[in-house]
Amino acid sequence: MEFLSYLINGLGLGSVYAIIALGYTMVYGIAKMLNFAHGDVIMIGAYVAFFALTGLGLPLIPAVLLAMLVCTAMGVIIERLAYKPLRQASSLAVLITAIGVSYFLQNGAQLLWSSSTKVFPAVISSGFFSLGSLSISYLTLITIAVCILVMAGLTLFVNRTKTGSAMRACSEDKGAATLMGINVNFIISVTFAIGSGLAAIASVLLCSTYPSVFPTLGAMPGIKAFTAAVFGGIGSIPGAFLGGLLLGVIEILAKAYISTQLSDAIVFAVLIVVLLIKPAGLLGRKMSEKV
Amino acid sequence: MLKVENLRVQYGMIEAIKGISFEVGDGEIVTLIGANGAGKTTTMHAISGLVKPSAGTVTLDGKDLTKIAPHKIVEMGLAQVPEGRRVFAQQTVEENLTLGAYARRDKDQIARDMEDVFVLFPRLRERRTQMAGTLSGGEQQMLAMGRALMAKPSIVLMDEPSMGLSPLLVSEIFRIIEEINSKGTTVLLVEQNAKRALAIADRAYVLETGNITLSGTGEELANDERVRKAYLGG
Repeated sequence: MEFLSYLINGLGLGSVYAIIALGYTMVYGIAKMLNFAHGDVIMIGAYVAFFALTGLGLPLIPAVLLAMLVCTAMGVIIERLAYKPLRQASSLAVLITAIGVSYFLQNGAQLLWSSSTKVFPAVISSGFFSLGSLSISYLTLITIAVCILVMAGLTLFVNRTKTGSAMRACSEDKGAATLMGINVNFIISVTFAIGSGLAAIASVLLCSTYPSVFPTLGAMPGIKAFTAAVFGGIGSIPGAFLGGLLLGVIEILAKAYISTQLSDAIVFAVLIVVLLIKPAGLLGRKMSEKV
Repeated sequence: MLKVENLRVQYGMIEAIKGISFEVGDGEIVTLIGANGAGKTTTMHAISGLVKPSAGTVTLDGKDLTKIAPHKIVEMGLAQVPEGRRVFAQQTVEENLTLGAYARRDKDQIARDMEDVFVLFPRLRERRTQMAGTLSGGEQQMLAMGRALMAKPSIVLMDEPSMGLSPLLVSEIFRIIEEINSKGTTVLLVEQNAKRALAIADRAYVLETGNITLSGTGEELANDERVRKAYLGG
């Protein structure tokens, strides 16, 4: 019973990683870049939700929608200003720029809202669901449900809509996609918008679990989710889902049965082993570089 | 009418296209022949907007394509079958064809045009739910051609459509190019298989290291001493 509750808690944490990982993996799949500022978009989402809930006194859903709106706009603006001018530049230049954007957002937040930690209000039910000796918080269940909904919605969008088909085309061959009349820049904007909107959802789930809001709050979940994306196979949407869930479960089980301090080390050790055996990640496709 | 005037394309320090001019009249098959590295594909890319020319103009029915966003060029009626097919390997045949019609809004007509593509390429109908990456080279070439036709272009650019195909398939591809043309679509064909290309072309240009060195009707060039020596094996 104890194991089962750890497992479900792991899936809860993993769901948050999975939602964040989707942002990394979609952007990588289409723009072929690692957006290291993605974690900091989560932080922006957390602050917006925090101020919406406490300052504006908005209910949960409108606050989440507002955070999504702001993050979506942020994602699109970041891409336009920082990454789009580098479309023809080397991937190293883009990577360094992404790290720069990350620092810019962290320090901007510190300047605007100070570095002192704010306490995120408990807006999602704090109750527990009990079944025999098993007791799971509603928050965990809600988090898992949201993750499944996000995953299902995104899969439908990517596989069934015209824009989704264009996204898949861009991820395979941008030149050929252009020849079809697809506006590649627009598709990249859409990708950033979706990833950033999802980051806002993740920020509320994350801050409901760990209720402190501070300028670098996105860094650790960001790097974990990035790891999850690589774990599952970067560029693959089901891979981000699977990688996120596995990472969450491994982390919680390692904390429970091995050592709290070593849990992160164990998570990354598993990643290294997986990449040694399957270099493209669990569900990743082996990609040949085109010249 | 597609008109290319004084087109120049620069890759860094290297000028790949050194000021070429040629035109393709409505309903014609025009071919550009030349050796590897002569600049044929670069010319095609410049026309479709995939590379930006450093000078010169490309006009389609009087409108300058070099001033239009690349994805808008398809809407103006110019489609391309790119070198190496470049089908979307992880999408089905049907999805590839649907992407070919991406710029169009006339939904009902799109379904009918897909039917026409299946009549032209019956193999694609058999494979419609298959991933494009699992098709043979010849089938992928047919898919790339069908995909371009789905844009309902008035002119289609074909870059090395016969590359890497068996002789039997090469004949089939050239027959289909003529059929597409006979239905009213203008064709600009780039080929290394100069013999076959000249045989179906109304007019032809020879491209050598970024310059057009010869031009004439397909028949004239096929009988030209220099062309025979350089491209037709004597």
